[in-house]
Amino acid sequence: MAVVTFVSHDGDTHQAPLEEGRSLMQVATENAVPGIDGDCGGEAACGTCHVVVDPAWAERVGSSEAGEEGMLAMNPEREPTSRLSCQMVLCEAWDGLTVRLPEFQM
Amino acid sequence: MTKIREAITAKVQATIPMERQIQGAHLYDKTRRWVTGTNGQKMFVESPIPPVDDLEIGEIDLSNPFLYRQGRWQSYFERLRKEAPVHYQANSPFGPFWSVTRHADIIAVDKNHDVFSAEPFIVIGVPPRFMDIEMFIAMDPPRHDLQRQAVQGVVAPKNLREMEGLIRSRVREVLDDLPVDEPFDWVQKVSVELTARMLATLLDFPYEQRRKLVQWSDLAASMEQTNGGPSDNDEVFAEMRSTVRELSALWYDKAARLAGGEEPGFDLITMLQSNENTKDLIDRPMEFLGNLTLLIVGGNDTTRNSMSGGVLALNQFPEQFEKLKANPDLIPNMVSEIIRWQTPLAYMRRIAKKDTILNGQFIREGDKVVMWYASGNRDEAVFERPDELIIDRPNARNHIAFGFGVHRCMGNRLAEMQLRILWEELLTRFEDIDVVADPEYVQSNFVRGISRLMVRLTPKATG
Repeated sequence: MAVVTFVSHDGDTHQAPLEEGRSLMQVATENAVPGIDGDCGGEAACGTCHVVVDPAWAERVGSSEAGEEGMLAMNPEREPTSRLSCQMVLCEAWDGLTVRLPEFQM
Repeated sequence: MTKIREAITAKVQATIPMERQIQGAHLYDKTRRWVTGTNGQKMFVESPIPPVDDLEIGEIDLSNPFLYRQGRWQSYFERLRKEAPVHYQANSPFGPFWSVTRHADIIAVDKNHDVFSAEPFIVIGVPPRFMDIEMFIAMDPPRHDLQRQAVQGVVAPKNLREMEGLIRSRVREVLDDLPVDEPFDWVQKVSVELTARMLATLLDFPYEQRRKLVQWSDLAASMEQTNGGPSDNDEVFAEMRSTVRELSALWYDKAARLAGGEEPGFDLITMLQSNENTKDLIDRPMEFLGNLTLLIVGGNDTTRNSMSGGVLALNQFPEQFEKLKANPDLIPNMVSEIIRWQTPLAYMRRIAKKDTILNGQFIREGDKVVMWYASGNRDEAVFERPDELIIDRPNARNHIAFGFGVHRCMGNRLAEMQLRILWEELLTRFEDIDVVADPEYVQSNFVRGISRLMVRLTPKATG
């Protein structure tokens, strides 16, 4: 089964099944991955599904778009490969994707 | 031309002492009232609001500042959500405006700052001239972003971890001093007191004088021209002068201590002074006062009314209080649910920057658009049994009370933390918190405030 992996701030790992066409935020919240809230339901409008993409994957998953960037820019803890996971729509090629969770969501 | 005027205004603002400017503005306002014959005249006098079904759809006016107090708001919102989710009111005392009442439409507007501008004000009305202080909640990107970034850190989650212990000890002090087995006003003794202490800490304001912050905040947030509140212009101007005096003194005192080699503190003023975009904020008085007022008001009325609203809600839904006592792990989710249920700020306003279509309605450039968070949070399409407090509601976090998009409440995590700690500490001390009289509500179309909530506490049996 294809999976994506979330690494918490303390180093714990959680996996969720990769479901094509769903967002990374959705599979995280549906599989009770701690540390992702997704308050706005996937609109890139709350910034509470922030993840930091493993640099090895950064190019493949692409970078943030304007609206998403606007939210990330307000986060003092954003990093170069930060994304809002609700804007990352899963595809098969992402099998094995690893993202790190920030210590806190905004 | 505008550029020149702006430059002159900036120069004037920077060279004439702030207090003198406010004095001048006050004189101007008094003269205006005298000339227009409106001195001493109230814009709003309370009268009974009819049931919503007695009205034509176009007559519905959500800007009535007594709608919340009289308990008619739910039915008014519900009818608009069903019949006219993007609704035009042509003749309100604040002029014409659109009301957006469904959850999904509100998110669409809130996200879209390219079309819907937060400038120049986020309330329905227009403040009296010279009281139109500038704050980043009412600025669009990129100016908004620069100013917000300067202060965001003070309530960043990392900073909150440092503050948690302090907040908890203050909550304990306040709760340990409460009278038991006799009625008292929860609003004054708990909600106002706790938020005042928090504000004084965030600003590093003299602790014993913390109630002054509350006084200023309450007046600034209840001007009749802006939201139908009861505050009197003479009083607002007087308070504005003394607030400016004190906040400026605080600013210069901090700057001097910093220059003298003192370790920088982690308060808002120090943060503003250490940021390139805001270090000379004191030279832009209307922005200086505006942004500090924003942070004060933002941390005052909001959390206060969620602290009171939670007690009221758990009294209206006593089985939820039993559920909570049986399972205190529900507190974090309950906090989101209380914020949804109370929605301390009813709306935010925008202005359309271009012609646009929203849920089938044609909105013209320049039109006022009001996003009614209080309605979105009761939208039956998103929340089952929306009028009930359900502390383990699975999607409580999808509430809209913090707004969405770049203006999303920056103090959301602090607010959640304060409420969480309050309820943790309450549960270890008290068996019951009984509301013993009808609550009293604030006059406003913006603040959904509880001004008096008489309660009686039953302590937990010891041993």
